[in-house]
Amino acid sequence: MHHATIDRWSRGQSAIHRLDARAKILSLLIVLIAVGTAPTAGIWRTGAGFGALAVASASLARLPLVGVFTRSLAVLPFSLTFAVIVYVTGDAYQASALLIKSYISASFVLLLVSTTPLPHLLRGLERLGFPAMLVLVIQYLYRYLFVVSREAQHMRTAAISRGFQRAGFRVAAGAVATLFARSYHRAEGIHRAMIARGFERHIPILAAERLRLSDGLLVLLTLGIAVIIRTGAMR
Amino acid sequence: MKPLIQARQLRYRYPDGTLALDAVDFDLFPGETVAIFGANGSGKTTFVLHLNGLLQGEGSLLVCGKPVVRENLAEVRRKIGIVFQDPDEQLFMPTVLEDVAFGPRNSGLGPEEAEQRALAAMKKVAMSDARDKAPYHLSAGEKRRAAIAGVLAMDPEILVLDEPTTFLDPPGQRELVQLLRALPQAKLIVTHDVAFARAVATRAVFFLHGTVAGSGPVDAIIQQFQWDIQLGPA
Repeated sequence: MHHATIDRWSRGQSAIHRLDARAKILSLLIVLIAVGTAPTAGIWRTGAGFGALAVASASLARLPLVGVFTRSLAVLPFSLTFAVIVYVTGDAYQASALLIKSYISASFVLLLVSTTPLPHLLRGLERLGFPAMLVLVIQYLYRYLFVVSREAQHMRTAAISRGFQRAGFRVAAGAVATLFARSYHRAEGIHRAMIARGFERHIPILAAERLRLSDGLLVLLTLGIAVIIRTGAMR
Repeated sequence: MKPLIQARQLRYRYPDGTLALDAVDFDLFPGETVAIFGANGSGKTTFVLHLNGLLQGEGSLLVCGKPVVRENLAEVRRKIGIVFQDPDEQLFMPTVLEDVAFGPRNSGLGPEEAEQRALAAMKKVAMSDARDKAPYHLSAGEKRRAAIAGVLAMDPEILVLDEPTTFLDPPGQRELVQLLRALPQAKLIVTHDVAFARAVATRAVFFLHGTVAGSGPVDAIIQQFQWDIQLGPA
């Protein structure tokens, strides 16, 4: 399963993994802003600079480079559509800038989620002032993605065992409806279990970890590198 | 001795008209472990959902001497810990520690105290090593124990378990029996598992068509309602 691999990566033991989620989120934000606002002129140099930074970070985190950078291609179906439109209107340079920016941004987002276990990432977001309700939704989505995909797998196995071969539209629609009904039922069960343990409105969190010097350094370092790449590309 | 749970003429009709509980009378005394037997649809789970006010029917229901009504719900839910059948529904937080601390945090304890409480509960169920694990990385037996820890962390006076042996292999069931025997709380266990009930329960009641049709020693109830497979070798 796709997210199972990333989940495994995120539990690695490198120096990057050990940094505080908040520092990594802020650094990602700096990179995303620097990449997103980079002028089209000199985009290849900017791209090369940030690309090198991504490769360096991934190696430091001891992530499989091929794995990370092929997975980042997942963003292309979205950005490629727009790039094609821009290309057709005659601006090839702008189109390539769009592709480079989206691919680099996706790689950095992937780097963050591959070096930070999701619970830490969510706590980090929450402590940085991200809306609690949104954190809650992501948390539950992630928690139950595994459960729902396993249920879907079981339904498929059961169907195949009874001689099912190729999904027609009707069968597929029926299966999705069943899966939805099951998920809905499960949501009710979860809510019941939450109420039974005194849930009222807020998901309580445990004590915050302290930020260390290395976390501050990461943010400063990222800021410095981003500025250098951006000004270098301008010249 | 005062009962911890006292139900009198408890009656509940689902919105679709099905009469699920029909005048249930039931008592649970301190130190008891009561097994609830009964066919599917006989009202066992509906009864359990009344115990902490998730459903509210007619008649009277006292938990630790308090009527289960809106004003008392927070207190009642602290005193009665329910472990539901599917641990995937019970373990909803990202890590085991956070999940076990969920109840204590809701009952108003500060983060550090809640964490201490959670760690102590995890120790009781031999899950101390799993504190930072995600629930989906646990085995069925570990999930069950983590779910029980989540309830123990609230320091309840009554434990209610709905079909606790579901998904457990025999070693897992044996561990569960040992764990339950070691816990001092009064327990109410909904189960179809006759061998398991014999191993943990001091008494059994039998639900039939939404009412308590019999109460007594586990073996006597099993015999009275022919609640064993009893078919001899194949």
